Amino acid sequence: MKSSSNELSTPGSGRGLLDVYSNRFLLKLLVRKEIKVRYRGSVLGLLWSYVKPLMQFMIYFVALGIFLNLQKATPNYAIYLFSGIVLVNFFTESLGNSTRSIVENRDLIRKIYLPRELFPVSTIWVSAAHFMPQVVILVGAALLVGWEPSAYQLLAVVAAFIIVAILGTGLGLLFGAINVYFRDSENIVDMILMVVTWASPVLYTWTMARDALGSWFFLYQANPMTVAVEIFHWAFWYPTLGSEQIGMVELPSDLIALWLPVALLVSLGVLFFGQLVFRRLAVHFAQEL
Amino acid sequence: MTVSASAADNVAIACRNLRKTFVLRNTRSMKESVVWLLTGRKGDLSRKFDAIKDISLDVVQGETVALLGLNGSGKSTLLKLISGVLQPDGGTVRTRGRVAGLIEVGAGFHHDLSGRDNVYLNGAILGMTEKQIDTMFDSIVEFSEIGEFIDTEVKFYSSGMYLKLAFSIAVHTDPEVFLIDEILAVGDEPFQRKCIKKIKELAAAGKTLFVVSHDLDLVSTVCERGVLLEHGKVIMDSDVHCVVKELRARSEGD
Repeated sequence: MKSSSNELSTPGSGRGLLDVYSNRFLLKLLVRKEIKVRYRGSVLGLLWSYVKPLMQFMIYFVALGIFLNLQKATPNYAIYLFSGIVLVNFFTESLGNSTRSIVENRDLIRKIYLPRELFPVSTIWVSAAHFMPQVVILVGAALLVGWEPSAYQLLAVVAAFIIVAILGTGLGLLFGAINVYFRDSENIVDMILMVVTWASPVLYTWTMARDALGSWFFLYQANPMTVAVEIFHWAFWYPTLGSEQIGMVELPSDLIALWLPVALLVSLGVLFFGQLVFRRLAVHFAQEL
Repeated sequence: MTVSASAADNVAIACRNLRKTFVLRNTRSMKESVVWLLTGRKGDLSRKFDAIKDISLDVVQGETVALLGLNGSGKSTLLKLISGVLQPDGGTVRTRGRVAGLIEVGAGFHHDLSGRDNVYLNGAILGMTEKQIDTMFDSIVEFSEIGEFIDTEVKFYSSGMYLKLAFSIAVHTDPEVFLIDEILAVGDEPFQRKCIKKIKELAAAGKTLFVVSHDLDLVSTVCERGVLLEHGKVIMDSDVHCVVKELRARSEGD
């Protein structure tokens, strides 16, 4: 900061997401605050982050896998379902909270100039912190049924996570900024979140969508969430299958070579657009809130 | 836009032909806006008013300026334009060095965090680095007189303690330009005296102070220069005592 003290500069003109990086200490504190506040006054504290997804997994395993006997058509159905659900949970929490983040921090935004991107970005980090315990449960469950992933698959998991994080940030910036002007934004996001679970192969298999959509399937596949969920299936669920079960399932073709880069590009495009809109609207946040 | 040559080297705040218009919108739903567009934009969805009209002002480094005026004259808006919270609709504002606002202290406090966590959070919000807060921490706590309660959640603080801690953080942020908005009414009498002493120290140390207050006696002891605003315009800019006298005369005339 000292280096700039010799020049005159225009106050309140930020560099967007770059400013978030230079304010990463503040970002860290904002994220830590959210995590601390979430479990204040509870005895189990952070343990709840593990208990809840564990419960969720048990329900899937017993109710859907055994009672509804979905594991007949899809072996290890509980793992299949859960590996998609954790990713959707991450996206849902990211987008839902980042959409509200600007309006919720209005007291601060109205009084002090900060790079406003900090608020949506910090909610993505908080969601990531809640996502990790779910992955721990997923890994534990997968290991129980003989999961042996390759290093390649683990790398793909990281890539899928990054794709979803970028997509969530981009949409979060977009809807968070619009929400300042039109509170309808929250409702639109609620609707998007409702659709997301069904617009990617979380509860069903991707072949069902392919058979129904025909030549329009590429549109379904261009959804970064679809690709990310398929990568999670490939990395967490596929390696748990026995040799006689492998023959029953079909993997999407060109998942890593074609669709992963496509998903990354789409997400980056959304992020770019979100940042563009956010910067244009952020100029008047303080007076509109 | 270039600043005039004489002031270019040591000016801390340069405002040129500043204008700020507020649009008071009467709707906040997409439906109403769409209906309005479709029905041929009949009637006004919004009203406009100019909070700041064509203000040009230079503040030199180390100057202590009191911004005076009755309610609604645009003082806080001008302060927000300088701090970057608001962007002008016309003209330019430029500042040199880090500007920190002692504007409504405690805005960044979170009730469920301890005093210690809030010192770090609020310090970072006001632009301090981790290292700066680490080195200043003891001094912040000492100045605030919070003592052993620093590890208690701030929701259990009395309102006085709360303000004292917030003020203490703000004065320790060490920017080049301080914007101060009505915060001198902090805590009890001894603490107020301490705050005023601290502010005078800052002024003596060569910091630029830009103070908004209705406490005319106070600003005339802290500041040298007075700027009087009325309806978004500068109507007087001279020695603080003259400006205070003028404001008093105007208030009584009404």
